[in-house]
Amino acid sequence: MKLELGKIYIHDVQFADKTYVENGTLFVCKEEIEKLVLEDDRLISARVELARPGESVRIAPVKDVIEPRVKVDGPGAIFPGVINKVKQVGEGRTHALVGSTVITCGRIVGFQEGVIDMSGPTAKYTPFSETYNVCVVIEPKEGLETHDYEAAGRMAGLKVATYVGEAGRNVEPDEIVTYETKPLLEQIAQYPDLPKIGYVHMLQSQGLLHDTFYYGVDAKKFIPTLMYPTEIMDGAIVSGNCVAPCDKVTTYHHLNNPVIEDLYKRHGKDLNFIGVILTNENVFLADKERCSDMVAKLAQFIGLDGLLITEEGYGNPDTDLMMNCKKVTQAGTKVVIITDEFPGRDGKSQSLADAVPEADTMVSCGQGNIIVHFPAMDHVIGTLDFVETMIGGYEGCIKADGSFDAELQIIIASTIANGFNKLAARTY
Amino acid sequence: MAKYKIVHYINNFFAGAGGEEAAGMKPELHEGAMGPGLALKAAFGDDYEIVATVVCGDNYFGEKTDAAKAELLEMIKKYDPQLFIAGPAFNAGRYGVACGTMCKAVEAELGIPVLTGMYEENPGVDMFKKDLIIVKTKNSAAGMKDAVPHIKTIGEKMVKGEEILGPSIEGYIERGIRVNYFHEKRGSERGVDLLVKKCRGEAVETEYPMPKFDRVPPNPPVADMSKVKVAMITSGGIVPQGNPDHIESSSATKYGVYSIEGMDRMDKKDFMTIHGGYDRAFVTENPNLVVPLDVMRDLEREGVIGELANYFITTTGTGTSTGNAKGFGEDFVKKLKEDGVGAVVLTST
Repeated sequence: MKLELGKIYIHDVQFADKTYVENGTLFVCKEEIEKLVLEDDRLISARVELARPGESVRIAPVKDVIEPRVKVDGPGAIFPGVINKVKQVGEGRTHALVGSTVITCGRIVGFQEGVIDMSGPTAKYTPFSETYNVCVVIEPKEGLETHDYEAAGRMAGLKVATYVGEAGRNVEPDEIVTYETKPLLEQIAQYPDLPKIGYVHMLQSQGLLHDTFYYGVDAKKFIPTLMYPTEIMDGAIVSGNCVAPCDKVTTYHHLNNPVIEDLYKRHGKDLNFIGVILTNENVFLADKERCSDMVAKLAQFIGLDGLLITEEGYGNPDTDLMMNCKKVTQAGTKVVIITDEFPGRDGKSQSLADAVPEADTMVSCGQGNIIVHFPAMDHVIGTLDFVETMIGGYEGCIKADGSFDAELQIIIASTIANGFNKLAARTY
Repeated sequence: MAKYKIVHYINNFFAGAGGEEAAGMKPELHEGAMGPGLALKAAFGDDYEIVATVVCGDNYFGEKTDAAKAELLEMIKKYDPQLFIAGPAFNAGRYGVACGTMCKAVEAELGIPVLTGMYEENPGVDMFKKDLIIVKTKNSAAGMKDAVPHIKTIGEKMVKGEEILGPSIEGYIERGIRVNYFHEKRGSERGVDLLVKKCRGEAVETEYPMPKFDRVPPNPPVADMSKVKVAMITSGGIVPQGNPDHIESSSATKYGVYSIEGMDRMDKKDFMTIHGGYDRAFVTENPNLVVPLDVMRDLEREGVIGELANYFITTTGTGTSTGNAKGFGEDFVKKLKEDGVGAVVLTST
């Protein structure tokens, strides 16, 4: 399966009468976006605001972040089984508006939505302080049930991202990167002397605000399966909104999965990237046992020498992470885990909720419990009404001027456990 | 400019009072620096002054710890110092424990930075390394010369509020505290590097060594449940409506004890969940799913259990550090014992 990803670099975002890209500037039509969002009668208002790097702007509570993409050639279309019809994706050509995003925000569904600061001392913790963001602030109708509100918010973001992505259809990309993974036997034969490497991508599937969808299928209802890495670049996986904000794998992060990207960089050089094993993080022990057994079986079945494992969320999924690591190792495949850490505000407790001796090679994406200060910003997109009860916040943490203190985990994707960021933790 | 004031703590031996025969000596106060303090005085230079040296016998401190601590604190307090240094204790076990104990006490009472030094096998290290910065020393006083520059550098940084870097750079004993920093490569790239090396059979260094968990062996089964008072404890974040004690939705720093007296079931009008780690919709509708008061009352009526305690204990499990969780348990188990509770039902989510 071969995919050309055409990267159109975006350096600014502006409002206009229609939505298009010109000379690296993304112009968006506010009215059309609002109309699109309000097609869903579960939402009663939608407001579009723009946020650019360096601005004194705080966005909260953020639900999802999505990179606008459009499929220009090859089977299927972006977000198959969710926005477009179910059809195998991952082949042909896709254009991405790199440097821009669509962000959904608005009243919290649960406690898990997070914060993005476009400038100031906390901006460095989130990749979205460096992107040009089209923010859609949504308002649910009175009394909307939480699962419905989450679904409405999720669909609003994906619809808007698909709409904005269309603007890249006829634009000549600044750069085209080609990714290719062949069918198993051919792929193994292509680089017979290099170690056969895979990636176990654990999809969050604990329930409301903890869901992920693969071709529209709720990940808690599937059993582990194999995926060509390029499928993910066409939106085969979408986020069902937040877990803890810090290690939320946004839809943006699925489209731009760093492990897949970095494995492709070394593909044919010092490793042979065979493919991705998708699994979930269900809450029932029987599911954990069944799925980790199957992950190990698949790793052995396709003859992997080594694999990376990433998780989404912390606490309960640490068990899935450790079971996967243990069983895969015992099946004869070498493992590296990428994770983040929650050792308490003082950094003194154990960082994960579970541990096995096989987890002897870990990469740390930083610890999410340290308290950081968020100075007041000139403008808030969304609302700060929920900061005290959002994950990372606490009673009395916010002042009248909008400044607050909170654990790092309140920031979207600050310690994301797939290695997207450079943040790490070490022992003092 | 006024000099920064330091108070120094040493034991009988380093004060020149003698070894074992003097280990029973009571706290003493000496103006200025003495013994190993002279080397510190020289190192810290003119901007700092060791205003006093407090001395205590190791046995006296060990046997009458509370009294010794109180007396020494009184002596230290009146100098209003900006820094407290204890030892170094090298490999002297009782002295190490005394240094650690005094550092913790001074930090808590006076709110000033504290610093000590020990050999890594000193029993004081395991007791205090998480709470204190302990400069790494050799196993005897011959190591003073090497320790002094580290004590000086760290001490100055503490007084000025400057960042103290990692243990290998600053020369202190690793504390087991996880601290963030920005790496030059992103995590995924580091992961791929490690995996390629691991597949080649090369040595790899983990960024996070697996912790040893504090496993608690379960008690033997309860012989006769029909005679036992049972309490319910949950990490599922069930609290009275409005969350009166403001328990966090994640990374809890507190727990709550709430009455269920006279209630037959958990009514959604009275209770809610503030837990940030699971789909709350069903529990919001029916809090008995996490605190099973309805079925526990059935069991009580049927005589399967002796009696149900008239309260439940609750916190949020998600993201809560094991340190906090252990602290909660140690704290509320006293109440359970006082109330004659013989068994608990622990529910998570």
